Amino acid sequence: MKRKVMNNCAMAFCFIAVIVALVPLVSILLDIAIKGGRALNLNFFIHTPRPSGETGGGMANAIVGTLTLIGLASLWSIPLGILTGIYLGEFGSNRFGEFLRVALDVMGGIPSIVIGIFAYIIFVIPMKTFSAWAGGFALGIIMLPVVARTTEEMIRMVPLEIREAAWALGITPFHTIWHIVLRSAVPGIITGIILGIARIIGETAPLLFTAFGNMFWHHSLNQPIAALPLQVFTYAVSPYDDWHRQAWAGSFVMVLLVCIMSIIARLIIERGFTKTSLK
Amino acid sequence: MDERKIVTKNLCAYFGSFQALKNISIEIAPNKVTAIIGPSGCGKSTFIRCLNRLHEVAPHARVSGEVLLDGRNIYEKNISPIEIRRKIGMVFQKPNVFPTLSIYNNISLGLKLNGEKRKSVIEEKVERSLKMAALWDEVKGKLREPATKLSGGQQQRICIARTLALEPEVILFDEPCSALDPISTAKVEETIEILKENYTVVIVTHNLQQAARVADYTAFFLLGEMVEFDRTETLFTVPKDKRTEAYLTGKFG
Repeated sequence: MKRKVMNNCAMAFCFIAVIVALVPLVSILLDIAIKGGRALNLNFFIHTPRPSGETGGGMANAIVGTLTLIGLASLWSIPLGILTGIYLGEFGSNRFGEFLRVALDVMGGIPSIVIGIFAYIIFVIPMKTFSAWAGGFALGIIMLPVVARTTEEMIRMVPLEIREAAWALGITPFHTIWHIVLRSAVPGIITGIILGIARIIGETAPLLFTAFGNMFWHHSLNQPIAALPLQVFTYAVSPYDDWHRQAWAGSFVMVLLVCIMSIIARLIIERGFTKTSLK
Repeated sequence: MDERKIVTKNLCAYFGSFQALKNISIEIAPNKVTAIIGPSGCGKSTFIRCLNRLHEVAPHARVSGEVLLDGRNIYEKNISPIEIRRKIGMVFQKPNVFPTLSIYNNISLGLKLNGEKRKSVIEEKVERSLKMAALWDEVKGKLREPATKLSGGQQQRICIARTLALEPEVILFDEPCSALDPISTAKVEETIEILKENYTVVIVTHNLQQAARVADYTAFFLLGEMVEFDRTETLFTVPKDKRTEAYLTGKFG
């Protein structure tokens, strides 16, 4: 009898703990959705910022800017991350592999402002200008460890028997990795990429000294470029109410993007989309 | 014509400092089925994995001695394991079809990656291998479906067809039926009977009755040594070694 009471108490306690944990999350999401939703309109998506007081302003350039920066970051961090992950997953049970893992973990833990300063030194100073390249580089540094570690995990999960089957057919190690192992690991790798992107969508600090932000359209990648988190920051610390409302809208869009990406990542894992032909 | 397809001379295999095989010297006859029997841990699987140079991929694995295929040592310095594995194929204990590929591609992948580019040749070889594996009638209408949709027994026959597509000279079977139901087992054994007309077969099995059913020759392994090797009927009826007799009569397993 006492055990039953204890059991019920423990279960109730767990249940309450979950509710308590969910409260901040739900309240933040609701708050952003309500305040952001109110300020969201078509102008937000197609117009650039207008001075406070003028209607019709938006964050079109920031949305395009964020997408551009994500694109640039992915351009270098995805291939490099996948290759690194393949190395670690297939050949990495040695000293160098361990060192590489530690290095990637450290990389993932560096404060993002420090990454921004690093990108500033590497790109902004020699180029003598803030640029999309610098921003893409900084965001890529944040994304790289996520892609590499996920790729490694997914590759390790491919069972040895499948590899042995390939080796027993006289298939070379390279072909085995390319045609058999990677194919099985693809859904997981895609998930890793999506999670990496979800991570960098909202990164603000590394963009402060690299992309810098722009109230207008950029005309080349060698110029400062707008980004959602930067724009939200600028608007939020400003003294204007209408800009504050737009900052809520920007936050809402970012949160929505992160939610959508996380859900897609989950679906991919659960459905285990697989390709079934060699072509 | 040499009487012996594979000859091993003082073959020793190691996992680090542990010696799994001790001076195995055996002659495998061509176009016959040779069974390797023995209790768990006696080195049967290690032995056949030395025949297609798969043993050496295990960490800290090492081989000494010679394995001659048609008179040539497969462990010579300038011979690559890849070459050997195209001539000596292997079917594993658990069916290991490539999970992301269709039935057709499972069988054609080995051909494509070994350089065959002609589509007609590939199609013909896929059909031929599936027929030899007694699977063609069951799958000919669904070649583009994922191989994982088939039953365990069918998957194992895909693995056999996959190996046959490369037209090896020797086929090694590592307890191919231990994960299968009796009907699938019977089908696989039928296939092995047919295969020996064109191939040399070495089969590791836990199942003494299976060895008696399919094998022409049988070798009894114990603790890394080959205790006895003879024609199957002889070994099973009048074994020369006491240990063989004890194993066959079930005194230990």
